[in-house]
Amino acid sequence: MIEVNELVKQFPHRQPDGTAGWKTAVDHLSFSVEQGEIFGLLGPNGAGKTTTIRMLTMQTQPTSGTIRYDGLAAAQHAQDIKNLIGVVPQHVNFDQDLTVGENMELHARLHHLGRAARRQRIAELLDYVELADVVNDGVRRLSGGMKRRLLIVRALIHQPRILFLDEPTVALDPQVRRRIWALIRDMAAQGTTIFLTTHYIEEAEALCGRVAMLDKGQLVALDTPAGYRERCHVPTLEEAFLQLTGHKA
Amino acid sequence: MQKLYDIWTVFWRDWLVLRRRLAKFILSRMVAPILYLVAFGWGLGRSIQVTGGTYLDFLVPGIIALNSMNISFNSLTPVHAERVYHKSLEEYILAPIWPDAFVIGKCLAAILRGLISSAIILVLAYAFGAHLTLSPLFLAVLILNCLIFAEIGFIAAMKIDTFEEMSQVNTYILLPMSFLCGTFFSAHALPTAVRYLIELLPLTHTSYLLRGLGQGESVALGSVGVLLAYAVGGWLLGRRLFRGLTK
Repeated sequence: MIEVNELVKQFPHRQPDGTAGWKTAVDHLSFSVEQGEIFGLLGPNGAGKTTTIRMLTMQTQPTSGTIRYDGLAAAQHAQDIKNLIGVVPQHVNFDQDLTVGENMELHARLHHLGRAARRQRIAELLDYVELADVVNDGVRRLSGGMKRRLLIVRALIHQPRILFLDEPTVALDPQVRRRIWALIRDMAAQGTTIFLTTHYIEEAEALCGRVAMLDKGQLVALDTPAGYRERCHVPTLEEAFLQLTGHKA
Repeated sequence: MQKLYDIWTVFWRDWLVLRRRLAKFILSRMVAPILYLVAFGWGLGRSIQVTGGTYLDFLVPGIIALNSMNISFNSLTPVHAERVYHKSLEEYILAPIWPDAFVIGKCLAAILRGLISSAIILVLAYAFGAHLTLSPLFLAVLILNCLIFAEIGFIAAMKIDTFEEMSQVNTYILLPMSFLCGTFFSAHALPTAVRYLIELLPLTHTSYLLRGLGQGESVALGSVGVLLAYAVGGWLLGRRLFRGLTK
């Protein structure tokens, strides 16, 4: 279980008049994620989704507030928590000098898997996403969809209990997007907690049990997709989103 | 034990890349030393008199010093691209590894590259007829020099945000050091004020030490102290900057 309490992140920022100041990217954010659920964080560009995920995955420290995983404070137990989580970033961040298999191997070694476990997991996962044929190819040669699938299975090598997916289908065509959705559902069915950020509202609607809506760093609402539709008296989550975030034309 | 494994993992990645390009690496590292040896050793060197041997004997430790500096520093410049452009550094930040393992593993890989490159120069130097005494202390100074410039490369990779600024480190720091730090001529030939300034720089002391040890002289402890101070300072700053990436 993830518990986020009063999370704030501020960055140094130069004001329009040239004076130095602070920009608040995430503003007193609180929510919790239950084990095994697919939790969505939805918001327009610049809402603070990626900053939130970066704080949750200990890539950046909060300015204030606390994050707890199963009661363990992230600030004090970062190394233990890193074993529990897997992260699929928004951008493709493979080691460009390594092959597909070597990128997987590096991740497995960084998570302290033994040789036999490494071989087995890498073979299984590449097979699972139909990338076994390109194991010895450089990652630069892969198509956009292949890279996305590889990013996801790389994050699964060490069998994380919680998987963070930051805009996992950004810039992908509908077929590949559907394939990745199926992959996410599979992982959730196997008991992995999924934390998903997206600005594709239909993606959140299709996948998530609960959705938090973020705007300008603040939590606007937290509910199930059906709950949003009911609350806003609209047929789709997209319309509820536009209503709640005040972005309606 | 796990800390050693983490260091090995970071080193393994660099070794994998180096092994794949080893032939190209060796060939490319032969070009500059051959030019230096031909131009300054055979060509210009015939008309230069130095005490205690030929100019070639004087020159080789300087070439080793500057070459190991360049190779070690430049071995760490890809870390800059990994941090700023490819973002592949995130893999290490997200992993449950000992954070210092990243700094150590990267520096060890840079030292290896520096040593391979130095070995190539030594082979070429002997082929050109140079006389040089090799000893464990000579090797230790060489490793220390590689470590210092690997650390400086690491610090630059952590602090600098653009490729242009990275190349400026070469232009404004490494290039002047290559020529002024007792590599091609003795720093004692410089005006006193300039010499004092030059003697603050690590490469000067590497040149002094390698030249002295290569000629069978005893170790200048002051120079060892300067190099150790740079190595410790570089290590402390490098690890602080890497840990600071998650601030």
